[in-house]
Amino acid sequence: MAASEEASRPFAGLSDVSIAEDIPVEGDISVPVGPSRRDDEFSTLDEPVKDTIMRDLRAVGNKFIHVLYPKQSSALLRDWDLWGPLLLCVTLALLLQGGAADHEDQGGPQFAEVFVIVWFGSIIITLNSKLLGGTISFFQSLCVLGYCIMPLTVAMVVCRIVLVISSGRVVFAVRLAVVTASFGWSTFASTAFLADSQPPNRKALVVYPVFLFYFVIAWMILTYSPQQ
Amino acid sequence: MSSGSGSRNTEPWGSFDDNLIQGGGSAVIDMENMDDTSGSSFEDMGEMHQRMKEEEEVAAEAAATEDDVADDGEFLGMKGLKGQLGRQVADEVWQAGKRQASKAFNLYANIDILRPYFDVEPVQVRNRLIESLIPVRMINFPQKIAGELYGPLMLVFTLVAILLHGMKTSGTVIREGTLMGTAIGTCFGYWLGVSAFIYFLAYLVNAQITMLQMLSLLGYGLFGPCIVLLVTYNIHFHFLFYGLWLLLGGLSTLRMVAALLSRTVGQTPRLLLCGMLGLLHMLFLLYLHFNYHTIVEGLLDSLEGHNMAPMQRVARDVPEVMLNATARNPGMLLSAY
Repeated sequence: MAASEEASRPFAGLSDVSIAEDIPVEGDISVPVGPSRRDDEFSTLDEPVKDTIMRDLRAVGNKFIHVLYPKQSSALLRDWDLWGPLLLCVTLALLLQGGAADHEDQGGPQFAEVFVIVWFGSIIITLNSKLLGGTISFFQSLCVLGYCIMPLTVAMVVCRIVLVISSGRVVFAVRLAVVTASFGWSTFASTAFLADSQPPNRKALVVYPVFLFYFVIAWMILTYSPQQ
Repeated sequence: MSSGSGSRNTEPWGSFDDNLIQGGGSAVIDMENMDDTSGSSFEDMGEMHQRMKEEEEVAAEAAATEDDVADDGEFLGMKGLKGQLGRQVADEVWQAGKRQASKAFNLYANIDILRPYFDVEPVQVRNRLIESLIPVRMINFPQKIAGELYGPLMLVFTLVAILLHGMKTSGTVIREGTLMGTAIGTCFGYWLGVSAFIYFLAYLVNAQITMLQMLSLLGYGLFGPCIVLLVTYNIHFHFLFYGLWLLLGGLSTLRMVAALLSRTVGQTPRLLLCGMLGLLHMLFLLYLHFNYHTIVEGLLDSLEGHNMAPMQRVARDVPEVMLNATARNPGMLLSAY
């Protein structure tokens, strides 16, 4: 408030200026409207739907690849989107359904449970990293955490396939190995993106909630047992 | 806080000035008004710039359309005048509404309020975790209680994860839909509820402790129960649980009790406050173990068969039977002496 007042005071003197009648003033003083100018450059309304979908799918697929090979790139951060996390969350929730003894009304709570855990967990981790002094924005962090669920979703698919074939001690050991590996991969991938935005001495404080978050999801995947 | 009410008058009919927006008298520090911007986020600076630009734009547009109003009024009569005026009014309404909404948002959703409580280093957190198990004997002088929320919050979430682990081991028996809600509700309810209750009692007996310190104290006091539950949810040995309950649970309770004692005067207030806290903390650990442990035991029983000699055979999902059995256990211990 005070700053804007001080800023307007230099202009206060200009209100007394009057333009003389004999000097013809010409020109267009209308402020160019923003959206119309932008429309000429990026007119995406007229392109076919296939192009729009393919562009978005390509962006999502590109980010998946970045999660698979986590290196120091800003692709996930610069052009964040939440399509990938939504897709992964829905897939994971659908795969985790029907994993308990009585099946009558199990589908609902399980789906909602996974959704709530993923999204509220991500929100809490984001708030935590912001409060600790991080420079990453809210949605960028949500995007990174959501995309890094991908290894765990792959592990869930593998577990499901393996459980269809057989079940027993060996299978449990295989599932444990796969889930542990994907949990480590998820945590490592997300910290590769998130930890850079933190002050260097506080990285551990940000990594721990991420570790807990993926641990809970990994535990849900590991203890999933198909309905007999 | 709400300044510049007179200078904002760009319309002849008197625009919406800041007197309508109740920005002043806010109970919380509005971070964007502070000169020191080291703590606030970049969004606040951006918002200020945005607002300045908007005001300039509004002023420029008003200056630009004043000539139009004069010209159009002659050609089109009243209709031209109303068109321009209507657009101006709508624009001003939008600007005022946006400003009001962003003010409300910054007031209530300003996480900068919590920022000072998260200003910790990993070394500090580690030291405080270890110290939470070491009672300090000095009770004649107020002990220092750290007022931070990161450690307690992380400990509560860890407890939730450990509880989930304890409950999910028997995932085939319990409905999963209520597992997450139960775990989160139990842990957060304990942390927030008992903190508030003890703070209320402390307020009644005039003890020198703030709500933040109470939250921090109780949060760090959950470190002992976390360790106990982590161990005993995996190694099912009743004597081990009782030993750990007394040792780690007792140590963390003593630490909290000593800190509270040092800040209370008078025998009866001390007894009331510390007795209540000690009782609630020890009972909570007992509750967490037995409420979610019976099901684990029952499941393991059915899986492992007859190998679990030191453990008791209990019926699945029958808490009353379990309670009777364990009540018998200390009785047997006592009768042995």
